[in-house]
Amino acid sequence: MAFIRVGPEDFDLGTEMAALRAAAGDIGAVASFIGIVRGGAAAPMTAMTLEHYPGMTERAIASMAAEAETRFALSACRVIHRTGRIPLGGQIVLVMTACGHRQAALDATAYLIDWLKVAAPFWKKEHLADGTDIWVEARNADDSAAARWQTP
Amino acid sequence: MMVVRLLYFAWLRERLGCAEEEVALPPGIGTVGDLLGWLRGRGGAYAAVLTETARIRSAVNQDFASDATPIRAGDEIALFPPITGG
Repeated sequence: MAFIRVGPEDFDLGTEMAALRAAAGDIGAVASFIGIVRGGAAAPMTAMTLEHYPGMTERAIASMAAEAETRFALSACRVIHRTGRIPLGGQIVLVMTACGHRQAALDATAYLIDWLKVAAPFWKKEHLADGTDIWVEARNADDSAAARWQTP
Repeated sequence: MMVVRLLYFAWLRERLGCAEEEVALPPGIGTVGDLLGWLRGRGGAYAAVLTETARIRSAVNQDFASDATPIRAGDEIALFPPITGG
């Protein structure tokens, strides 16, 4: 059973890994991904706000985590996705998986972050240095990244 | 009359000036696509915003939906832009 948290609180990688290992038992590999608010190429950005659909978001993540646990024979899995305003350099999302061997842990982590980007209802708004706010447009590249997992 | 709960997210919420509302639908509104058409018929921001159908996604009772998805009394129907999380 995956651990899932959606909310404004930040997370600490060491604390989360200790919790993951406590839940996992005897494992040989842990892999993780952390998404971070970056500056923005086109216009300088100072922060980002993450909006979500309470209820549906948690359900969608639970569903993809359960799928990953089965498909990659995970011993444990943690997904934390923050909401609200996050400053430049702040952590947005953590995916962490544990299992017997490295390849399944690495693949399960990539699988989860690829699906999170297209199937969990979150919306990003960028706060630019000039005071304007813009909603981020969805990227076709994200759909392609998720689609590669449909033909293993 | 069939009462449903509507939720709007991201720029749809901002441009409609509404996060959540209950609406009573007239007979003949049986799908998400019908609902979008009926909402556009309210005019104003609804007419302007909800014509951008290529940029609008939906969910019925917290499952992703399409224009053909049936809706029933008491449903929670959400309208939102393509998602951009992770």
